[in-house]
Amino acid sequence: MADQFDLIVVGGGPGGYVAAIRGAQLGMNVAVVEAEHLGGICLNWGCIPTKALLRAAEIHHLLHRLDEFGLAADNIRFDLGKVVKRSRAVAKQLSDGVGYLLKKNKVTVIDGRGRISAPGKVAVELDGKPAGEFTAPHIILATGARARTLPVFEAGGDLVWTYREAMVPDAMPKSLLIVGSGAIGIEFASFYSQMGADVTVVEMLDQILPVEDAEIAAKAAKAFTAQGIKMLTGAEVSQIKKSKSGLTATVVTKDGGQENKVDRMISAVGITGNVENLGAEDAGVTIDRGHITIDEWGATGAAGLYAIGDVAGPPWLAHKASHEGVVVVERLHGLDDTHPLDTSAIPGCTYSTPQIASVGMTEAAAKAAGHELDIGRFPYVGNGKAIALGEPDGLIKTIFDKKTGELLGAHMIGAEVTELIQGYVVAKTHETTREALANTIFAHPTLSEAMHESVLDALGKALHI
Amino acid sequence: MAISVTMPALSPTMTEGKVAAWHKAVGDAVAPGDVLAEIETDKAIMEIEAVDEGTLGKILVAEGTEEVPVNSVIAMILEEGEGQDALDAAVEQAPQIPTPAPTAEPAATPTPTPAPPPVTVAAPSVSPSMGRIVASPLARRMARDAGIDLSTLQGSGPGGRIIKRDVEGRPATAPGSAPATAPIAEQGVVEIPHSGVRKIVAKRLTESWQTIPHIYLNIECELDALLETRARLNQRADGAYKISVNDFIIRAAAFALAKVPAINVRWTDTAMHQLSSIDIAVAVAMEGGLITPIIREADQKGLAEISVEMKDLATRGREGKLMPEEYQGGSFTISNLGMFGIKDFGAIINPPQVAIMAVGAGQKQPVVRDGAVAIATVMACTLSCDHRAVDGAVGATFLKAFKGFIEEPLTMML
Repeated sequence: MADQFDLIVVGGGPGGYVAAIRGAQLGMNVAVVEAEHLGGICLNWGCIPTKALLRAAEIHHLLHRLDEFGLAADNIRFDLGKVVKRSRAVAKQLSDGVGYLLKKNKVTVIDGRGRISAPGKVAVELDGKPAGEFTAPHIILATGARARTLPVFEAGGDLVWTYREAMVPDAMPKSLLIVGSGAIGIEFASFYSQMGADVTVVEMLDQILPVEDAEIAAKAAKAFTAQGIKMLTGAEVSQIKKSKSGLTATVVTKDGGQENKVDRMISAVGITGNVENLGAEDAGVTIDRGHITIDEWGATGAAGLYAIGDVAGPPWLAHKASHEGVVVVERLHGLDDTHPLDTSAIPGCTYSTPQIASVGMTEAAAKAAGHELDIGRFPYVGNGKAIALGEPDGLIKTIFDKKTGELLGAHMIGAEVTELIQGYVVAKTHETTREALANTIFAHPTLSEAMHESVLDALGKALHI
Repeated sequence: MAISVTMPALSPTMTEGKVAAWHKAVGDAVAPGDVLAEIETDKAIMEIEAVDEGTLGKILVAEGTEEVPVNSVIAMILEEGEGQDALDAAVEQAPQIPTPAPTAEPAATPTPTPAPPPVTVAAPSVSPSMGRIVASPLARRMARDAGIDLSTLQGSGPGGRIIKRDVEGRPATAPGSAPATAPIAEQGVVEIPHSGVRKIVAKRLTESWQTIPHIYLNIECELDALLETRARLNQRADGAYKISVNDFIIRAAAFALAKVPAINVRWTDTAMHQLSSIDIAVAVAMEGGLITPIIREADQKGLAEISVEMKDLATRGREGKLMPEEYQGGSFTISNLGMFGIKDFGAIINPPQVAIMAVGAGQKQPVVRDGAVAIATVMACTLSCDHRAVDGAVGATFLKAFKGFIEEPLTMML
């Protein structure tokens, strides 16, 4: 194997493999160093396999609503092993697909753990043994992140899961305590609840889905509670005791402590960058609270060394990592029309039932930034397609700057909003104003009409409410 | 068919104007000579009169609209018997292609011109478009609100698209296009929109100050002989005139210019233009600005004539009623703040002129005459010269000549 490249990407997740493909497209000789699976957490242990699980849960949930649609089925049951197996097969298919894409683009894949051994050099270790040293004028660190754990959870041993174990359960827990109500915690809560578990979510802050708009988060909390999920906000797990049948977690809220006996616990309290054993600090890279510090072009400050994706800080989203990878590569290649990622237009999606999606500023953030706001709201109950689908619970909220008409943020809850959000992301990225959106034609009958109506509502001229 | 009333060209250089006020409302009968509207231009407010008889059918440009291009249709007059149909047809066909601006004496009779052959669009488009500008809707909106001409911006978005950050924090480009509604959050601050006069004063003076290398020459003139002559002349005026010190200054400056024609020039980038006529502009303060009416061929006019003419020009100037040719052009400017007790100051040149003389107050002060201290009334004059056109020695020669005429006023009677 040749050991000299134009570009070496350390990490083959959605940031790294995309950067590698883009580099190859631009004529570079590129290598990707991957320690585990191509496609990273996203494809193997994150975004994709959870969507496969949630699809099963959604169908299961709908099966229990058959009567509403005039349908009937008896003896509804599921085989958890098969559900998990399908999820793993989906992940494998996509991971293999990444291997194929890299091969097609003539990207060299180096198995092993990469480390910066000297400026412009990456030493690779496989199974604890040196597996070569490779050089390139440009090196991108895309090593991703892993679940953060709290010391208190250690007492639970293997009864406390991270997303990894939670994705491949061998049996359905009857009761489950989930700590953390970000996208990961809420998706697992939704999955396990719809598959029949008794789920409790513990959130340290006063609002579930802390990064989402408060109004949407409140609606979500109401919907989850109605489904039987117990939501404890302003709460912390202070103590865990392992017992024969499961574990007992002491949850402290402002009303005092309460003991929760559960079969399993899931820790979803955030993630931390994979910055260890990278040789990054020796190379002159700054690491701040578990993440590599970069500028808007992904540069770390050390010559020829860049970082993208989760290891370079929040938001921890695959699409942000991919986009950063493309930006870095195009920039170092000297393409003229390259632009730093617009952090105000990164969508975020939570694939629970109901789904939650957003882009841009929350109402609170927009107010704090000093904007005077025009806010539009439109409920799914005013949308024909939502009624026909049997999904009348939903809300589309749009936030505009009163003066300029700029779309500052959009926040949605309800069926398929994770697909709908992209309409607003395109609008926001292209700086479409309130008036331009109002003048856009939305197909009938679609859920997206509710997006239009929300904009019209911000202008005080919603039609169907 | 209905008759178009267009934005008149009130001077050869006028390209746009502001509809300051409408004197007639839709439905009012109009007769030739009736004042239809007031148009505010760079320096003056002019009335436009009807030349046709009929009814004011439609006002197309609202009161207060700025930057209305010359020759765009601002209103429609219906002739007797014409109704809505004629109006619709006329609005439909209202011309947007400017007819050639009248050249000779443009401002003397500003009248609505009849509609030229029908073309296309009706609404007066205010901003001329220069090809397609690629900009986001938000950038367009922000630029419009801030009065920024998009064509002056460099786009940093994909494909050179102008986006929000290219507009943010940029100063307005076109003077006067910033909206009157620009918000001021600060308490206790009242926003007063700039008048057309204020804007043009600001623009011209900034341009002058930034582009013209000014030099200043200072001289003191004794006024006692002049004051005595003035008193004697006014005594026998019998109310026909009342000559002011400033009238003497105008005449003395005109005579000095005749003696030193090197200052009676205009500067252009390619050549110096020597002027044959000596036209003295005099700065007059008016509400919200400054105007400089001109005494044409001042060297050919007697003191009484200058005095009467100056009074009339100053009065009408303060009221904003001067015709453009009464304040445009001029070969030299005098700015006199003596009446305010200002002893000495420097003025900014009014291009394309090359000099302006700032005149201070005549004040009694000790002077040394034949080795002894005496009392004299002394007036300080500061000449600002455009050093590109006028060297110090030339300016000094002018001031020496001027001082000579002021101190021996009889020589001005020659």
